[in-house]
Amino acid sequence: MATYQGVMIFAEAIDGKLAPITRELLGIGRKLSNDLSEELSALVAGNDVGNIAAEAISFGADKVYILDDPLLQDYRTDPYMAVVERVVKQTNPRILLMGQTIIGRDLAPRAAFRLGTAVTLDCIALEIDTDTKQLLQTKPVYGGNACAVFTMETYPQMATVRAKAMTALRPDSSRSGEIIQIEAGLDSADIRTNVLQKVVQEMEGIKLEDAAIIIAGGRGIGGPEGFKQLEELAKLLKGAVGASRPPCDNGWVPDTLQVGLTGKIVSPDLYIAVALSGTSQHIAGCAGAKNLIAMNRDPEANIFKEARFGVVGDWKKVIPAFEAKIKELREMG
Amino acid sequence: MNMIVCVKQVPDPEAPPGSFKIDPVTNNMMPPTGFPPVISPFDEQAVEAALRIKDINSGKITIISLGFNLLRDVVKKPISMGADELILLEDPAFVDGDSWSTASALAAAIRKIGQYDLIFCGRQAADWDSGQVGSGIAEILGLPQVTLAKKVEVTGNKVKVEKVTADGYEMVAAAMPALITVSNELGEPRYATIKGIMSAKAKEPIVWKPADIGVDVSKIGAAGRRTRMLKLFQPVHGGKCEIITGRNEEDAGANLAKKLVEVKLL
Repeated sequence: MATYQGVMIFAEAIDGKLAPITRELLGIGRKLSNDLSEELSALVAGNDVGNIAAEAISFGADKVYILDDPLLQDYRTDPYMAVVERVVKQTNPRILLMGQTIIGRDLAPRAAFRLGTAVTLDCIALEIDTDTKQLLQTKPVYGGNACAVFTMETYPQMATVRAKAMTALRPDSSRSGEIIQIEAGLDSADIRTNVLQKVVQEMEGIKLEDAAIIIAGGRGIGGPEGFKQLEELAKLLKGAVGASRPPCDNGWVPDTLQVGLTGKIVSPDLYIAVALSGTSQHIAGCAGAKNLIAMNRDPEANIFKEARFGVVGDWKKVIPAFEAKIKELREMG
Repeated sequence: MNMIVCVKQVPDPEAPPGSFKIDPVTNNMMPPTGFPPVISPFDEQAVEAALRIKDINSGKITIISLGFNLLRDVVKKPISMGADELILLEDPAFVDGDSWSTASALAAAIRKIGQYDLIFCGRQAADWDSGQVGSGIAEILGLPQVTLAKKVEVTGNKVKVEKVTADGYEMVAAAMPALITVSNELGEPRYATIKGIMSAKAKEPIVWKPADIGVDVSKIGAAGRRTRMLKLFQPVHGGKCEIITGRNEEDAGANLAKKLVEVKLL
């Protein structure tokens, strides 16, 4: 039987740079590998992605495995699963981590089943049990109402990690590491899906994930017109508009504005939740906000339990007065 | 078109967060009183995805659910929406599994059904939010998978899926048979029709035991788990909320603005 050693993270790149989640994975991966006194490696797969190897080393990796192949241009399950299988079988990592991203959600479970192991998705905490050296994996369950700690005795022990749950290290360009090229060995005949088209539905203005201020509307906003009002306020505050699930499912706003367990995970300085009740599913997406403000007609709404400041009232009355007062205070300087 | 949809009976995720309790003795969630179980919402959307294909391409939809003492009113809901057959994997040996042991049982049942062009699952179940059973079934049966679908269409022997991405969606084509997991962006599932409710009433589900699908009981349910749960707990939530008041709602809104400027949040 193979000996499993070391921590490996699956890297994702955005525009030729490490994705934020990958930096965070390297941060937690470094900590776990230090606790184990074993090495941290990064698996970089894609088309023409070799240039991010140095960045991965500066963020904590000891080794970077590069699999460069034109067939890895678009993410597709079959070729990516094949390269993960190939690298894991060659290197036998004890732990394999991926991001809880569109790719990680698809790839991690399939790879776990293929490799005869198991995976825990959407972890918010990971630690090594000092006695057993096993990975303890904490993940929210029941839509965020509870958390569960899992472990597994099959290898590699796999987990995906929620965005912004871990902290990246400060990059250090003087760190040294080894870069290893591995042949992807792919055959296009084995790839059973094809990406025909990519459609970007970003809103104008500041991106939700990057915004320091977010105005989020819920079911109580009542329709697309109400969100126009929130957009105005967002513009005034140089923030972005977000939403809970119902406005997205009802088509009032694009799906890409959804904050929550199945949407985006955000951590702005200020999150103003308007006419949304604060389901656990929604809180899962905005719990990282430094300050949460709640406006809701129902004083019993769960959102007040999460908020620092709140106003009980109809948003149609509260928001215009709130906005007018901000303008007035700004004019006074 | 032969379609199979896997659905799970779960505690109602719309029950207020305050009603969520954990039994410290069994380390399990205590079902909230006054909120009966439901089909996991993403699974209901998976049923809707199959029904939309049936509307256009016609075909047969078989529902599979796994558990023990499943509530007939709950698991028959997809029939009342327009699905055709209901198969229950119902035995104490099937329950308390993880994604691995659950996918193993479902895949064995799907093998027994034999004929299928598309298999649908919800993106994740509303209880454990594992999000793995669909991929597990696809891997065990050796099928291509497309996860997080918001729209599914069939043309010829191909399935075209709009897959949700971080900044929009991508159009993915796959050869059939294939497994698709469905996300909430697909939209609201349809209501039951009177005709559907009548046929659901009359429908006798087919019940399969482990032996009927040829699975070893050590590979399914609690016995077949690869993951072990060490602890289940309720995280302690944040601080106290300071409610900003005023003479009326407008005044409270203005006072909130003043407060946020005062504490330098704006």
